[in-house]
Amino acid sequence: MTMLEYDFMQNAFAAATIVATVSGIVGYFLVLRGQTFAGHALAHVGFTGATGAVLIGVAPLCGLVILTVAAGIGMGAMGERLAHRDVAIGIVLALSLGLGLLFLHFFTAYATQATALLFGNVLAVDVGTVWTLLGLGIGSVGVLAVISRPLLFSSLQPELAEAKGVSLRLYSLLFLAVVGLTVAGCVQIVGVLLVFSLMVGPAATALRMTTAVGTGLLLSAALALLEAWAGITLAFYTDWPASFWITALSAGVYFLAALPRPRRTR
Amino acid sequence: MNAIEFNDVTLSLAGHEVLANVSLQIETGEFIGVLGPNGSGKTTLMRAILGLVPASRGEVRVIGRRAARGNPLVGYMPQVRSAGGQLRLSGWEFVAGVVNGHRLGLPFLSKAARAEVDRILELVNASELARRPLAETSGGERQRLLLAQALIGRPQLLLLDEPLANLDPHFQGEVIALATSVQAELGLTILFSAHELNPLLGAVDRVLYLGNGQAALGAVGEVITGPVLSRLYGAEIEVVRVKGRIFVMAGSHDVEHDTHRHDHGTPEMRGFAGLPHDHA
Repeated sequence: MTMLEYDFMQNAFAAATIVATVSGIVGYFLVLRGQTFAGHALAHVGFTGATGAVLIGVAPLCGLVILTVAAGIGMGAMGERLAHRDVAIGIVLALSLGLGLLFLHFFTAYATQATALLFGNVLAVDVGTVWTLLGLGIGSVGVLAVISRPLLFSSLQPELAEAKGVSLRLYSLLFLAVVGLTVAGCVQIVGVLLVFSLMVGPAATALRMTTAVGTGLLLSAALALLEAWAGITLAFYTDWPASFWITALSAGVYFLAALPRPRRTR
Repeated sequence: MNAIEFNDVTLSLAGHEVLANVSLQIETGEFIGVLGPNGSGKTTLMRAILGLVPASRGEVRVIGRRAARGNPLVGYMPQVRSAGGQLRLSGWEFVAGVVNGHRLGLPFLSKAARAEVDRILELVNASELARRPLAETSGGERQRLLLAQALIGRPQLLLLDEPLANLDPHFQGEVIALATSVQAELGLTILFSAHELNPLLGAVDRVLYLGNGQAALGAVGEVITGPVLSRLYGAEIEVVRVKGRIFVMAGSHDVEHDTHRHDHGTPEMRGFAGLPHDHA
């Protein structure tokens, strides 16, 4: 029996395709704006949401989405006041994991839930989740498509954008809501702790390798897709966790691209 | 018609009056050097013209209209220029990202918009360097790209906030020459803020000197005088002219340099206070 004849592999590839494409595109803007830490923090907040949902008997993905999007909007609304508050964000991040741990403590299926949420379990994704991910993905990319021009402007040159009538806060808020949605999807594949591997690794690689926005976005999505597919394939044949392979590929490709290159002569 | 009118304008930041009861008129096509010590309100004045700082009293009018955010007739080169520093995006993309940036949609440009970006890059002599990644451009080259950004959308009034900061004298001269040539070609009105008068002496039609909540607008010979500057600094000021250069002195200190000492090292490094230091 070949790999794709298994239902769980079909679901895994479908889910990974959706999530990786969206992560590559949203991640490109996240890295461009220097907000990767915010993405990381949103994932941790999602852990509280997912475990809290389990505790009150709701689907974890539901709690995850609600809390990441709400936290994204909250962070965006705080705007500049939060820009250089690494410590505050870090403490909230730790608190989120702590709360998640507490919620799991009250819940019986402790270990499996925790591992799946923290490190992802793409091979356990069911058809229903794939459809939900498709909906989330279309939502993320749809909103991003509408706001991408002013978002790019306010990322590249915020003072000028503000003078031209672009509301920095509005776009920051909308963008972080999109990041929240994307993070929620990402958690289904690689878990709360490893969202960097899909949202930041491919995008940072693409930003290093390209000089145009269009090609950068394409490369970012393509890399995320290839790394996710290859990770799942390797997991199938080695029986090692898919999340491990995806992080390894993401890191490997990034550091390969980050190698010092011969300087161009002027 | 005047490009800029301030009618009895007071500007406040966080309850503190930066400029009080200022009235002035700047004519279309003028090149105005905006000077004054740190915190005298140069940036606040520009932000008021952009409609970002509302007048707490009086009215600011820009090209016949009340100052308002998003006025397409005003181009702006902000002072905070950390943006894009380490990016490997090309200069072309950096400038193109500004085109129609206030409109919703995808950031991909039409053929006409791409041609407009090319035209403006040509105008500021940056066509070649715009192909390189931003991270590989020098300070002077970056200024040209920022000027190109400010020129997107065909403004009639250009606000340049400290474009000479952190540039050595050679590049300062280049930036001023570029601003002058762009002004001549497009018939713009330019407000050019700087913390030193001398580099601008050959370029400005008039100077706008800010200090102590007040403003003085006029020809260099009218404004850069002991009595006027003493009022603006709130201290005894002497103006010394040496070989076509002008030094603004309080006691034995050159105040234009002193107020920006933190940008350029300690006074010991410059020999003695009052000498024009070279930005080595």
